[in-house]
Amino acid sequence: MEPINMIKSLLSQLSKHLKIKVLLVFAIASAVTVESVASDDSEEFNPGEMINHHIMDSHVWEIWHGMNVYLPVIIYSEEKGIESFSSANFFDADHNAIPYNGYVMDHDHITLASGDHVLDFSITKNVLFLFIDAGLLLLIFFAVARGYKKNVGKAPKGIQSFFEPIIIFVRDEIVKPNIGPKYERYLPYMLTLFFFIWFGNLLGLLPGAANLTGNIAVTLVLALLTLVITTFSGNKNYWGHIFNTPGVPFALKPIIVPVEIIGIFTKPISLMIRLFVAITAGHIVILSLLSLTFIFHSYLVGIGSTLVVTFINFIELLVATIQAYVFTMFSSLYIGMAVEEHH
Amino acid sequence: MLLSILMDMSLAIMGAGIGSGLVAIGAGLGIGRIGGSAMEAMARQPEAAGRVQTAMLVIAALIEVIALFGVVVCFLISLKG
Repeated sequence: MEPINMIKSLLSQLSKHLKIKVLLVFAIASAVTVESVASDDSEEFNPGEMINHHIMDSHVWEIWHGMNVYLPVIIYSEEKGIESFSSANFFDADHNAIPYNGYVMDHDHITLASGDHVLDFSITKNVLFLFIDAGLLLLIFFAVARGYKKNVGKAPKGIQSFFEPIIIFVRDEIVKPNIGPKYERYLPYMLTLFFFIWFGNLLGLLPGAANLTGNIAVTLVLALLTLVITTFSGNKNYWGHIFNTPGVPFALKPIIVPVEIIGIFTKPISLMIRLFVAITAGHIVILSLLSLTFIFHSYLVGIGSTLVVTFINFIELLVATIQAYVFTMFSSLYIGMAVEEHH
Repeated sequence: MLLSILMDMSLAIMGAGIGSGLVAIGAGLGIGRIGGSAMEAMARQPEAAGRVQTAMLVIAALIEVIALFGVVVCFLISLKG
């Protein structure tokens, strides 16, 4: 099947299953946003602050306005050692920030009361969603793997039949053409990468969810994994291209070699920045258009911006898939360059 | 005089707006070129339309990210205001 048709049919399948849920979620999302902003009418509405609050990591998971899940704080400082307590301790009954046990939290940044730094290992909102994302992957793909053990030689069943075309797509359209004959060693990593990013992107689009793949630390680790795998699977040919570029006059080597060495690092950095920006900016665009309603104080603008936001949300569904595809494709391209044989 | 202009945050916000507009022009040109070439390619070889469309979408996504850089920078500057 052509890949684009496959993405289309996947999206339509997905939308069939999720249509009612998505509508419900939209309804809740719009209701909640109106409520949360309408409730503090006395203050001036600050879109920048609202957007920042939505895309940044936090010690409190605000499912909707007024319903908070306080996540555990785990911190280490030289004076006090490792300490663990609920982040609810940082708030009084009216949800104002208060110091606790010699620690101060200012805009989700915890320091000692003296102003000294602490190492923060807390289970923040992003970490929680990282766990949810990983748990989803384990749950779904153990089920799919069980399906393959049970239905050997038979047609796939249930959830297995939903994921089989996607797995085949990643294998045949992304990994195989870019890595070449040795693709099988890297296929598990590539599939994990694709589904982790895809699920993370989709999770991030849910209202109340964390902006997981729009966090630069998460994308940094993903890009670092690709860098490590590329570096360790590089063959003689790959390193030869970097340190002794063939076909280049000797006088140019002092210029070419540093450029090639920088090139090792710019590749994963571009992966990191691309995913981070695509997802974060998507959230910023949605939230900016939504806040137009509250800037203009008008129902008419509200109807218009709701329509536009709904449209952008569907584009974001597409972007979620394309960014997972692009990240996996460039990762396999870089690994493919490292394992390519001389020809 | 110069210092008061440099310290004026509203000018910085205006600059952010102009900058993101320029980025949008660049991205528009890029996506326009991709779209035009893809249409031509599809018209010449309708049997390759699926493959052309996939490649077009991927490259358009790459350019879109550049446009979104503009959004992020504009957002960060306007936050300081």
